[in-house]
Amino acid sequence: MSSRERILGRVRRALADVPKDDTPYERAVAREYLREHGQRTVAETMDLLAENLADYRAIVHRTDAAGLAGTVAGLLSARGASSVLVPPGLDEAWLARTGVTRVADRAESTPRELDRVDSVVTACAVAVAETGTIVLDGSPDQGRRRITLVPDHHICVVRAAQVVPSVPYALERLDPSRPLTWISGPSATSDIELDRVEGVHGPRTLEVVLVG
Amino acid sequence: MSGTFVGMPGFPAFPSAAREAVHDTTLRGNLRHATHTIRAKRAKAVAEVSDWAELREAGKRIKDHTLRHLDHYLVRLEESVTAAGGTVHWAADADEANRIVTGLVRETGESEVVKVKSMATQEIELNEALEAAGIHAYETDLAELIVQLGRDRPSHILVPAIHRNRGEIRDIFAREMGDWGRPAPEGLTDTPAGLAEAARLHLREKFLRAKVGVSGANFMVAETGTLVVVESEGNGRMCLTLPETLISVVGIEKIVPTWRDLEVFLQTLPRSSTAERMNPYTSTWTGTTDADGPRAFHLVLLDNGRTDTLADEVGRQALRCIRCSACLNVCPVYERAGGHAYGSVYPGPIGAILSPQLRGTASEIDASLPYASSLCGACYEVCPVAIDIPEVLVHLRERVVEGGEVTRGGNKVVLRPAKGHAAERAAMRAARWAFTRPGALRTGQRLASRTRRLHPRTLPGPGRAWSGTRDLPPVPAEPFRDWWQRTRGGNDVKGTAG
Repeated sequence: MSSRERILGRVRRALADVPKDDTPYERAVAREYLREHGQRTVAETMDLLAENLADYRAIVHRTDAAGLAGTVAGLLSARGASSVLVPPGLDEAWLARTGVTRVADRAESTPRELDRVDSVVTACAVAVAETGTIVLDGSPDQGRRRITLVPDHHICVVRAAQVVPSVPYALERLDPSRPLTWISGPSATSDIELDRVEGVHGPRTLEVVLVG
Repeated sequence: MSGTFVGMPGFPAFPSAAREAVHDTTLRGNLRHATHTIRAKRAKAVAEVSDWAELREAGKRIKDHTLRHLDHYLVRLEESVTAAGGTVHWAADADEANRIVTGLVRETGESEVVKVKSMATQEIELNEALEAAGIHAYETDLAELIVQLGRDRPSHILVPAIHRNRGEIRDIFAREMGDWGRPAPEGLTDTPAGLAEAARLHLREKFLRAKVGVSGANFMVAETGTLVVVESEGNGRMCLTLPETLISVVGIEKIVPTWRDLEVFLQTLPRSSTAERMNPYTSTWTGTTDADGPRAFHLVLLDNGRTDTLADEVGRQALRCIRCSACLNVCPVYERAGGHAYGSVYPGPIGAILSPQLRGTASEIDASLPYASSLCGACYEVCPVAIDIPEVLVHLRERVVEGGEVTRGGNKVVLRPAKGHAAERAAMRAARWAFTRPGALRTGQRLASRTRRLHPRTLPGPGRAWSGTRDLPPVPAEPFRDWWQRTRGGNDVKGTAG
């Protein structure tokens, strides 16, 4: 007998007490919790996102569509970045004002090559206001998961239409067949006497640009 | 379960391990600081959401429903993972899981793996099994790194090096890092930032060359075949995305039926564990994705005592656990005894009910774990999936003392009462005898009252262990029955109504 059959057999014997007509999933799981905590306008939701991102030490900038290219150029320059990773589908206009060397997100590039790049600029799929989270789903304007991981500086552009109030709304918008990365503030650890330290393995600096 | 996994062999029973730990003032100081800090932060994070009770109830029900139909969801998960390009393996026990993982690593031709912190791989002692096969396993979570370099054992589910302070960590890094790869920087100080930077430099070398990653998972979604890992540092993201091969070892109880179910646990887990609205990084992946992340994905589904636990109608609720560790941080026993005293990778209140079920109660340590509690109930209060830990503790105590039918290795066996509880059983028998004979009880009580000045402060013989840590209750000057007779026995009209 294979281990698969052995384990499934053990599970079935262990559940002999469960009646055949046990309550089905839809009725067994009460969903009496809230879809979102409080009622907010779109502007208030943006404010909450900014506040919660900042609370976890992300650096938040706000601008409009016209100011975006200037903001991105300014952030790269303030950082002293000499190279920036660019996902294949990133809006060209976002980088129109910067002269920093662009590095393409290529399947062949090795982790060591990524490690030599200073910054990365991406879009996101969804942002969650209540938790201060941005979610990347690997779409062409976000690139492979590793490009937002290995460089030490991540600039993420969030447009107003991508902001949802809460986790339930975010899951609804996301496609589980894509690899997802949920980011709430920069890399951090609290393993040493529970003192929070930012930047262990992921980017030590996360800058979020809210547009709109 | 196979006879080979006996947890941590040679470990003393909880009382003797705890007795040593409570005399270690550094350990007690480190633990008190950590548990009190996180306890307060957690309460604040939970208070932020007004529907905590409803989220907790939903989490409990999702997990209960899944467990009650686990065969269905396991098969569903296998289908969806396979359809997404992953390969599913089934491991009945620790030995089999270790054999599967070792074989998979060997097939890649590699001799080292990077690991995401995982309770399941600690439970099966995968690192040791890989080492025996000539494969080096590097722990990449900062706390796990501290434990590994210190040749130590984890003492907490969430912060495994909670028992170490910064000075101790500095010394371990300075002494050991060189033997494992890049040495600690010259002049390493004991600031958390300096220590984290040393870990970053030391581990980055390993991440960038790693070809095989090993992880566990916080959740597996049956409907979609998605695995979820929740973390803070980014070491998880490194291990899950940079290597060419990813092997995940996950307990069969970690399933949730649908993608939507994550909306409950992604709200309750971070707040309960690290007291954050959301942890810095959450990764989800479904099989493999072209040119993004590992090209090969293997999922090893681990039983190792879980089906035996499932067979116990009272004890099965322990499988709802999402490993948040909130119960450790509120437990007065854990706070004083520390995680090592539990002799198991699952310490604290949850460990006290999970370990004796996963491993059975045959060993001295496992038989003692249901007693490693004051039954104060704080663990039940904070549990985000409402596991009634005190209920299971009492149930397991009864099993230890009385024996009875249990499932071990998928088979029903009858346990004999554990040794060392003869006095307890004799006392219970004597009480039963006395309570069914009112005359004898009355005579005994009067005798006890009259001789109360002569009673010793501690009990002799087998009772010594009990009275060694407690004050004996004083015997009243007059038995209750006598007092009742004397004051209002038979004369109280209201009392006899009906």
